[in-house]
Amino acid sequence: MTNAPTPSLAAAKQESSGALGFYGVWLLAAAALVVLPLVFSSGGSLTSFSLIGIAIIFALSYNILLGQTGLLSFGHAVQYGLGGFLAVHVMNAAASHNWPIPLPVIPLVGGIGGMAFALLVGWVMTKRAGTVFAMISLGIGELVASSSLILRSVFGGESGITTDRTSLMPLFGWTFGPQIQVYYLIAFWVLVSAIAMYALTRTPLGRICNAVRDNPERVEFIGYDPHVVRYLAYMFAGFFAGIAGGLTAINFEIANSAYLGAMQSGFVLFSTFIGGTAYFFGPILGAILVTYLQLGLTSVTSVWQLYFGVIFIGIVMFAPGGIAGILMKHRPLIRAGTLGTVIPSYLVAAIPTLAFALGIILTIETVARFSGGDPINLLGIPFVATAPTTWAAAAVLVVGGFLVARITWRRVADAWDRAATVARDRGYLA
Amino acid sequence: MTAAIQVNAVEKSFGNVQIIRDLNLSVAKGERHAIIGPNGAGKSTTFNLISGHIKPTSGEIRLNGEVTSGLRPFEINRRGLSRSFQVTNVFARMTVWENVRCAVLWATGHRYAFWKNVDSLPEVKQRTAQILDDIHLSHRRDVPAGLLTYAEQRELEIGITIAGGASVIMLDEPTAGMSHAETERAVALIRRLTEGRTLVIVEHDMSVVFGLADRISVLVYGHIIASGTPEEIRGNPKVKEAYLGEEVD
Repeated sequence: MTNAPTPSLAAAKQESSGALGFYGVWLLAAAALVVLPLVFSSGGSLTSFSLIGIAIIFALSYNILLGQTGLLSFGHAVQYGLGGFLAVHVMNAAASHNWPIPLPVIPLVGGIGGMAFALLVGWVMTKRAGTVFAMISLGIGELVASSSLILRSVFGGESGITTDRTSLMPLFGWTFGPQIQVYYLIAFWVLVSAIAMYALTRTPLGRICNAVRDNPERVEFIGYDPHVVRYLAYMFAGFFAGIAGGLTAINFEIANSAYLGAMQSGFVLFSTFIGGTAYFFGPILGAILVTYLQLGLTSVTSVWQLYFGVIFIGIVMFAPGGIAGILMKHRPLIRAGTLGTVIPSYLVAAIPTLAFALGIILTIETVARFSGGDPINLLGIPFVATAPTTWAAAAVLVVGGFLVARITWRRVADAWDRAATVARDRGYLA
Repeated sequence: MTAAIQVNAVEKSFGNVQIIRDLNLSVAKGERHAIIGPNGAGKSTTFNLISGHIKPTSGEIRLNGEVTSGLRPFEINRRGLSRSFQVTNVFARMTVWENVRCAVLWATGHRYAFWKNVDSLPEVKQRTAQILDDIHLSHRRDVPAGLLTYAEQRELEIGITIAGGASVIMLDEPTAGMSHAETERAVALIRRLTEGRTLVIVEHDMSVVFGLADRISVLVYGHIIASGTPEEIRGNPKVKEAYLGEEVD
């Protein structure tokens, strides 16, 4: 004890460096959001950035449930979609009555919509966690999604409800007609929402959410009702999901039943899990990657959902911590200075792994395009789906790639173990 | 003076099986009270009844004079009773510091606050640091609780239990599975941390029981057959019979 720093000193030290890092990260994020469209100024990339921004808010809101409170929801799109619908209705009402509501506050309306629904159904839903919650969330999701097709006056049936974002009161001369203005509106809300959600994790409620996630039984014996904690978490998640939904409504100038459905709920679960639920920034990475893949893959292959499935299964099986988990595993190695010993084994493993992956892609595309479709173009090399040479190439890549890759993976594991042992000996947890 | 814990004619059945029969127990304020008894006597069930983890089939339990039977565990906890668990029951993925801090939050009045930064609550910070110091885990503050050694997890378990400042502390086999040296350390810790509070402890180690307790109750088949000072219990023929005259001596 004599040579260890006193708790208060250590805490103070940690706090000051934490505060510096805290503001630094957000300033950097703000700068990146401002600069991005100046660097990539094409219309296509602006659309992509807008969608990615919305996906980030949505995934972060989902992680309030999954990562922070341990609630697995299969119906998170309900709050997102209802937020979108409320936003569209308020936009239309504001336009027709000339209410002085500027467009930038509309996402807040979406948030209130998402939160109001969470307030309504949440108390019953969050009585139990685990399977019960998951099943009820699935049921509510289906219920609302199917009602949206029946209640035509509110949800507009199959075609949905359209709106015109430029019909609202302009703000500082901005009409929000051009995509660049919408991008900056989304970017603003991404930053505000992300900061708010991060701040939420640093509050007493946020910490108790983690405690409920880890051990709801014990929470009852330190004065807290886990039901109330889950309910509050569910409302916050609904609020931020509603903001994302409101932004989507602004971005597309429409809200339809697809916003509420299982596809959308699955998408956010996907993004969050692939990004990693254990760290705050995990869902951000997941949202960026999954949205980017979705936008990129749909134009090159008709079976893009299959690839999502493969990636998802791969992450669940081999990296349950997601991308953030993989990255953060390297932190002790970086601190201990042993990362350099692992990198070569990564590079060696990358080549056969890539061959294996290409083999899988070639196999999938061959099957998908066997009975018609465009010829396959892999890394600039054309393949004909019906040609036996293509099948042989796929088989060689898959089998050969796997056999060689397996050896290199083992070497990665060995190199990793050595580096981690050294890191542990130097006092860094690994 | 009202008793800290008063259990009146409590019965508990699971289906047709009666686990607790006509349980009567009185623990005075400031007393260190041990509950002993053979395996399966219902000691943990008694703990679960008093702490609200399960509800009695009939009968009444009072905490500081107020009826608590039928209340939820967090309601009883807010009225000043805190318990530990026989099987380590901590927040595994959170650090030692966060484990203790969570247990401090309700008692310091921060409840479900979502508008305060948890890191800048001086009272919470000071109290958490004090508890960590008390349970000798200050040097492990940033380690996830799930990675602690067994003995350290038991100490953290005690830390979480006392952190809220409850006036009645119930410890369920706090030294189970510990080595002799670890047990001695744990007993000294318990003695120091429960100073001025009411302590109810379930324990199998008789040296711990007789070294620590002011009064002892003997539970056999869900019924208390004797209650008294260590000397009275030692000399009680019914207790000797229940224990085959060996362990108590």
